[in-house]
Amino acid sequence: MPDIKRPTPVRLLIGLTALAVLCVVLFMTLNARGRWDFVLPFRGAKVAAMIAVAYAIAVSTVLFQTVTCNRILTPSIMGFDSLFLLLQTCLVFFTGATISSDLSPQLQFGVNVGLMVVFSGLLFSWLFTGANRSIHLLVLAGIVFGMMFRSLSSFMGRLLDPDAFTIVTDAMFASFNSIDTTLLAASLVIIGGSAVVVWRLTHLCDVLALGRETAISLGVNHRRAVMMILSLVAILVSVSTALVGPVTFFGLMVANLAYLLVGRHEHRFLVPVAVLLAVISLVGGQLILERVFAFDSALSIIIEFIGGLVFIILLVRGSTR
Amino acid sequence: MIETLKVTKRYGSSVVVDDVSITLPASGITAIIGPNGAGKSTLLSMIARLLPMSEGRVLVDGLDVSLTPSDRLAQRLSILRQDNHIAARLTVSDLVAFGRYPYSKGRPTVRDRDHIQRAISYLALDDLADRFLDELSGGQRQRAFVAMVLCQDTDYVLLDEPLNHLDIKHAVAMMGMLRKAVDELRKTMVLVLHDINFASCYADHIVAMKDGRVVHQGGPDEIMAPEVLRGVYDVDIEVETINGRRIGLYYR
Repeated sequence: MPDIKRPTPVRLLIGLTALAVLCVVLFMTLNARGRWDFVLPFRGAKVAAMIAVAYAIAVSTVLFQTVTCNRILTPSIMGFDSLFLLLQTCLVFFTGATISSDLSPQLQFGVNVGLMVVFSGLLFSWLFTGANRSIHLLVLAGIVFGMMFRSLSSFMGRLLDPDAFTIVTDAMFASFNSIDTTLLAASLVIIGGSAVVVWRLTHLCDVLALGRETAISLGVNHRRAVMMILSLVAILVSVSTALVGPVTFFGLMVANLAYLLVGRHEHRFLVPVAVLLAVISLVGGQLILERVFAFDSALSIIIEFIGGLVFIILLVRGSTR
Repeated sequence: MIETLKVTKRYGSSVVVDDVSITLPASGITAIIGPNGAGKSTLLSMIARLLPMSEGRVLVDGLDVSLTPSDRLAQRLSILRQDNHIAARLTVSDLVAFGRYPYSKGRPTVRDRDHIQRAISYLALDDLADRFLDELSGGQRQRAFVAMVLCQDTDYVLLDEPLNHLDIKHAVAMMGMLRKAVDELRKTMVLVLHDINFASCYADHIVAMKDGRVVHQGGPDEIMAPEVLRGVYDVDIEVETINGRRIGLYYR
């Protein structure tokens, strides 16, 4: 008795993959003027970065919502990406921009990711490993954390000299147009590694989605599992924030669309569907804006606008538990 | 055999479970009764390692629950709490299949499928097996969760108010099913019950708690006595013997 007509998960995956490939191919080839050996690597780097961001945001959101057993909170709503920016600012602040730019960007990024895992572990583990907490408390904690991190980093930004300040502010706003490609190779390595881990964790995630108590009763070491997944989330958020900057509502949008389309609980379907949806909306959205309407740098605004609407609708519809 | 040794749970200065040392015999139904706030559910959660204890130890067949690896314990002991809300969209058979996770880690074998099918039939859920949980009534959902716990096939099954949301028919059927599982499969069930008459009619052993302490324990005949029940509930309860069963009358 199917209530809504849904395609089988496998067909859905095939359809979305085809659409994603189509978006990528069109993005690479449409309106290409000039030599292919210039156009393809240039656009290829951009597409690769967008796919990396799409993957990082989609996977981190789905995993985070699974361990916290809700469908409204996302890492960015809980202030993960503001924390990353704060750590980045601290690094510039305490080492000085000159040293910072002498250091290889990959190394800086590595240090940042490491700090991010440690600090987010310290901050968020007590919220999520113990007894169930009310969603309102979590939303409130997220807002407070996010505001605190943002104001701290802008305060430190004011104290910096103008050169360092430009480095920091550059990272603070989301832009899909000026993607920082120096970290692309490092990001792709991280994403490849995480994909293997996530694939091995899908069954565990299915159990974690049942809630803390049921998961423990089924023999899951809940504390360890949550810590591991939160670390993974922290790493993925670092990747997306380093590449394009903070994006608040995008993850929420693709994750909820994935739940709706898949209509089942298995993470082996939910995770890839969410990733494909994210790739389609990022690459497809950029394609339409850049090539069809010839707009620049507006994608993040549109995504945040639609995602914010989704957030409000979800809150009002009361699927807060 | 489940032993609790001086188990205590404190939240700040308030003591919820106070120095409880009891031994629950293997095989049979043990009912934990007592007024609201007596610490029944808290004790059950600590036995099942869902809640850390402030003091004391719990041994299940000699295994210390706070030291034994969780997955090893999950093959011996299962628990179902009162309110189970799941955000994910699951069918009844998906849910029941999770009961095999401690054995198959998500890759069910043919034997696991047999277990799943048997648990579904045991709770008369065959017609509902492909329905989603959010389409079921509270009682049907409760039965689906009990089926998952039975599918886990553990010697010890702890159920926190298994009769919640069940009407008279399904409550009687549930208790009959649990009794059958104990008698046929030699399981040990520990139930938190609010209805003392269900405890009297189905349990082998009753533990009465009040203010975090165990105040009485024994067979139904010992516990179902007016002076004992008065001590537990602070209410005068007449006890009559009807068809050889001791029934408490507390309605007026």
